[in-house]
Order: sequence, then C-alpha cells, then structure tokens
Amino acid sequence: MTTELAQQENKYAAAFDQVLAAQTGEPAWLRSARESAFAEFSASGFPTVDLEEWKYTNVAAIAKTSFEPVLSANGTSLGKQDALAPYSYPETSHSRLVFVNGIFRQDLSDTSDLSAGIVAVDLNEAASDKKYEAVLRRAVEREAQTNGFVSLNTALFSGGLFMQITRDHVVAAPIHLLFVAEAQNGTAPAALPRVVIHAEANSQATIIESYAGSGSGAYLTNAVIDFELADSARISHYRLQREGAKGFHVSTTRAELGAKASYETTSINFGAAISRHNVEVRMDHEGAECAVDGLYMVDESQHTDTHSVIDHRQPHCNSRQLYKGILDGKSRAVFNGKVFVRHGAQQTDAQQTNKNLLLSKEAQVDTKPQLEIYADDVKCTHGAAVGQLEEDELFYLESRGINPTLAKNMLTYGFAGEVIEKIKIESIRRELDEVVLNRLHSEFQLES
Amino acid sequence: MLEIKNLTASIDGKEILKGINLTVNPGEVHAIMGPNGSGKSTLAKVLAGHPSYEVTGGEVIYDGKNLLELSPDERAREGVFMAFQYPVEVPGVSNAQFLRLAYNEKQKHKGEEELDPLEFKDLLKEKAALVEMDASFMSRSVNEGFSGGEKKRNEILQMAVLDPKLAVLDETDSGLDIDALRIVAEGVNKLHDPDKAVIVVTHYQRLLNYIVPDFVHVLSGGRIVKEGGKELALELEEKGYDWLKNGNGKSGSAAAK
Repeated sequence: MTTELAQQENKYAAAFDQVLAAQTGEPAWLRSARESAFAEFSASGFPTVDLEEWKYTNVAAIAKTSFEPVLSANGTSLGKQDALAPYSYPETSHSRLVFVNGIFRQDLSDTSDLSAGIVAVDLNEAASDKKYEAVLRRAVEREAQTNGFVSLNTALFSGGLFMQITRDHVVAAPIHLLFVAEAQNGTAPAALPRVVIHAEANSQATIIESYAGSGSGAYLTNAVIDFELADSARISHYRLQREGAKGFHVSTTRAELGAKASYETTSINFGAAISRHNVEVRMDHEGAECAVDGLYMVDESQHTDTHSVIDHRQPHCNSRQLYKGILDGKSRAVFNGKVFVRHGAQQTDAQQTNKNLLLSKEAQVDTKPQLEIYADDVKCTHGAAVGQLEEDELFYLESRGINPTLAKNMLTYGFAGEVIEKIKIESIRRELDEVVLNRLHSEFQLES
Repeated sequence: MLEIKNLTASIDGKEILKGINLTVNPGEVHAIMGPNGSGKSTLAKVLAGHPSYEVTGGEVIYDGKNLLELSPDERAREGVFMAFQYPVEVPGVSNAQFLRLAYNEKQKHKGEEELDPLEFKDLLKEKAALVEMDASFMSRSVNEGFSGGEKKRNEILQMAVLDPKLAVLDETDSGLDIDALRIVAEGVNKLHDPDKAVIVVTHYQRLLNYIVPDFVHVLSGGRIVKEGGKELALELEEKGYDWLKNGNGKSGSAAAK
C-alpha cells in the first residue's frame, strides 16, 4: 500500500471516530451497522479493477486523493440570494430540499409546498424514532450493491434525510433533492449523502435528485439513495448528475417494490471526471413494474459507468430499460445491465436496450447486457448497439439544405431526446436539451 | 435549367448509369420510367448527391453551375429537391423544428429574411393545407411512426416549404393508396410554375394521370432507351417493359454499347 493510500485511510478512520463520538444517541442497530460497514471498508478499501464489477472503472484516483469527509454543516456561500438559482427549477421552488456537501440544510430549503402528507426529517433523528425503525433498518442493512463506497457511506453518513410519503397521499409538487458540492479553502470535500425514501401504500410522488458542483476544485460525491415503495405506490424519479469537471461521483440507487408498485427512473449523467452509478430495482412482490432509463453524454477524458440490476423475483412484473450513450473526445463509457428472472417469476415481461453513439474515433464503450432467466413462461428481449450516425439519416437532412455539422448535431440531439423526453418536467427537459446542444457547440436552436 | 451529359455512375464498383443524356428546361415536367434495376432511382440520388454513389464520368450542369461539384446541402440551397422513395425517420427532432431550420438555411443562403418559430408556424400552416396535413404532424418527430402515405405527404410538404426550382420525385407513388396519390399529385401540381421543373421517377404510369409529363424517358440497363411524349407512358402501361428489350428502343442508345 502506498503512503498516500495509508494517509487517506487514516483520515477515514479519524472521521469514523468522530461520527461515533458525535452520534452517541444513535440506536444500537445503527451503531452496529456502522461498525461492521467500517470494518468492511477497512478490510477491502475501495474496489479495484481486479473485481469483475469494477473491471473497466479504475477508482485509484479517488482512493489516492486526500478527501475530507464532511460530517456536519460547514460555512457556505450558497446561502446568498440567488446562489442556488443555477441549480433550481421553477416547478420546485417551494418543494426543494438542499444538501451542501451531503449535509441536509433546512436553512437553504423551501418545503412550503410539502406541508401535508409528507415527512422529511434528519435521518439520524428518524433512526431514533421507533415508528421509523423498521423501514430504516431495511434500508441501511440492505446488502444489495454493497461495495467499499456504500460501506464508507454507511459508516460515516451524517445529516442525511428520511422522507416518507403518507399512505394514499399524492404529492402534487415534484420534490427536488438538490445536492451541491462546494470545495472551499483548497480542501477536497467528500460528500456522503444518504437518503431513505419510503412511499407508503398507494401514495404517489415525483422525486428529482440532482448533483452539481459549485466550485472548480476536486471533490467526491459518494451517495446512497434507498427507495421503498409499498403496495401500489408510484414514484417517478429523475436523477441528474451534472457534477463539476474535477468532481468524482459514485452513487447507489436501490429500490424495493411492493405489489403493483410502479417505479420509473431516468438517470442523466453529464458531469464528473469519473462517475459510477449503481442502480438496483428488486421486484419481490407480484405485479410490480419499473422503467430504468438513462442517458450518459461524455467528452474529453471523462469516464462514466452505469451498473444496473433489475431483479424479477415474483410473477407478473414488468421492466423496461432504455439507456443511451453519446461519447466524444477520448471519453469512455461502461454499461452493464443485468436482468434477472428468478425461479417462479412467470409472466415476466422485460425489455432492455443500450445504444451508444460514438462521435469520435478515440471514444470507447464497453457494453454488456446480461439476461439471466430461470423461469419458463416469460417474455424478455435485450440488445446493445455501438455505432456512428447513419449515413442515410445524415444525407436526408443534408438533402434539405442543412449543412453536415448541423445535420450531425440534429441527429445527436434527437438521439439524446428519446431519453430526455421521458422527463415530465418542462424546465428540466429544456435545460438538458440546452446542455446537449452546448456540448455539440451547435447553432441549432430550441423552439421557444 | 438542367443538362445531363453522358453521365455514368456506380455503387460499390458496380456501374449503374452507363451514359445518360437529358435536358430539362424551366416549366417542363419529365417522367423517367423503367423496369426495376434500370437505374432510375440511382439517377435521382446522383442528382441529389447521395454519398454512396460515385460519379465516374460525364457532367451535370444546373443553372449554369457544375452540380456535381456541390455538396448535397449546397445543391438543396441552390434549389434542387429530391422527394425520397423511403423517407428517413429522425426521432427526437420535431417536424416543425426540422422544417424551420431547413427553410432558414435556404433563406440565409439567398440573403433573405429568416423566420422565427411563430412566423414560421403561419407559413407551415399554409403549406400543410396543400397536402392536407394536420397540424398535429408538426410537433411529431420527423417521419417517426408516420404511415407510408403520411411520409410521402411529408416529403411534398418539405418541397412546398423549400420551394425548389428543380424537384425530383423518386417513386413518390410507391406504397400510396389512390387518395394519397391524388393528394400528393395535386400538391405537386399546385407548386409547379413556368420557372420550375419537375422530374418524376416512376415505375408505373398511374401517377402520370395526375402529374402529366411533357416528356417521357425510358431507362433500361443504365441508358435511356426510348423517349417520347406522355402517350409513351400509356404505351408502356399496355405493353410492359419487355417490349423495349426486343430492339424497339432507340437505336442510338443501343449502339452506344
């Protein structure tokens, strides 16, 4: 082990001692979860490329950087008027929960549209409340997708959020969880956001989870977001990862679906030097359905990795997955999509597609759709494609007087649009369209 | 307006056009007919500049310019339009966005006023009426999920918006039912005027009942083997194309072998 690594691990050990000292009121189950998580992290550290699941994504740069884990609210310049405007959407101006470096900030949040039918409290506080214990334990003790990052988050998280949508309640305003990383005074913060969202039976909500960096320095976001949907609950979830150019982003999304529950998630990955998203949806009750879609668009030397697991464990569940990638420069993308259909999960209907567009010869994609079926009465399809723009499509646009660069941009924009249009919030869609066009340096304008 | 001289072209090294000569003047409607594989669609694509086809000889003069030196988009901005036999779907880009962009590119080229989305909407409404297209098509992705007939009508709508000097219709009648055929043909006729020319590429005579040609050229084996007036199309309908293979074609073309 190099000295850099040893020093960095000492830093995490010191942080762990701080957490134990600060959270003395925590229930025993949580303390023991933290202890075993930290023991696991100390033993194996961050994942390395020797592990099959991390073969194409080298996180040595994260392991070597001296990040400061953020354990409590620190000073922020984001409290100033309009400082959060660039990361905000008009549809959520009164339903916005702000996290700075992973710590929930009530002082920067506006939840006036979320008064009825919803509980949003500090995660540590909720952990001490008997009525939330069962659901929180299920989330924190969940083993799916566990790796060094998840262990570190479990050991250290502070200032997380627990949100519960009350039975039968339909939350009208989309709920925006805004995570801003702020690197101050030359330090490289490690933000460890942790959120548990519990949608009670027959409730409905739209959740936006967005990540941005406010400065130009290096930082790490290591987030774990858990969803539990009770019977017939419906959640639409938009995850927008637009971290800064020197940001590192690792996040884990896990969703457990009750009977006839519906979970639709669209992940947009535009930012960060290195990003990795693990998403796992478990359908362990009949009649659940999910759509797990995404778009990654990277350039220069960016690296983005999506590992997805859709687990059909009971009969009559549906899943849809469309992931698209646009790569330019020397960027690299990884897509690994597993769909499991377990014994007895009859009448499963699963479709998975991954399509990649390479805009440069130096960009590279590793895609691996994996379908494992252990039931015999199912309908499953999957496919992956990597390619350039179609000559016939380009010619069609050019034959209408559109110059080749613009034609290429239009087709690329259209390629991304198929995923972006899944987001049902106008201002987000528009912002993403603009990001795509800016990336393309396009003179092609949006319709106003 | 258009002068094609001894044009030869190939795809993947295989020669398809073996010396085409054709002159088109303003105001004229020409029909290019011929059996499958005769090269008539290739001729249309070569005029539009499709990158898969290589021009191996001859020349094409359009409006005093060497057409073959222009890229496909330059040709379009100069007023050449080809209606595709198989219009391409462009997911994620709305018909209105696409058409306005194409329209403004041409306006820019001519040094004329570009239109903003609202102004363009009015223009589009007027043009869409020509091909009886509903406004709902404008917000949909280009050709995506359109029926065969809707795609062809959309081609003529594009023609109406771009107002070309030379329109080449590549088997626009294929896959159309009789009502769609009438709508498409009437659209083309309404757009025609004495300053413009139309080349209709077709296998069958039926479209020519609606778009009446001044000249009919019959292609076979990459050459024009017979030429005549509109009555030639009727003769072909009656006798089929085999009849031409038995030495009834123009002797001049046959001898060029």
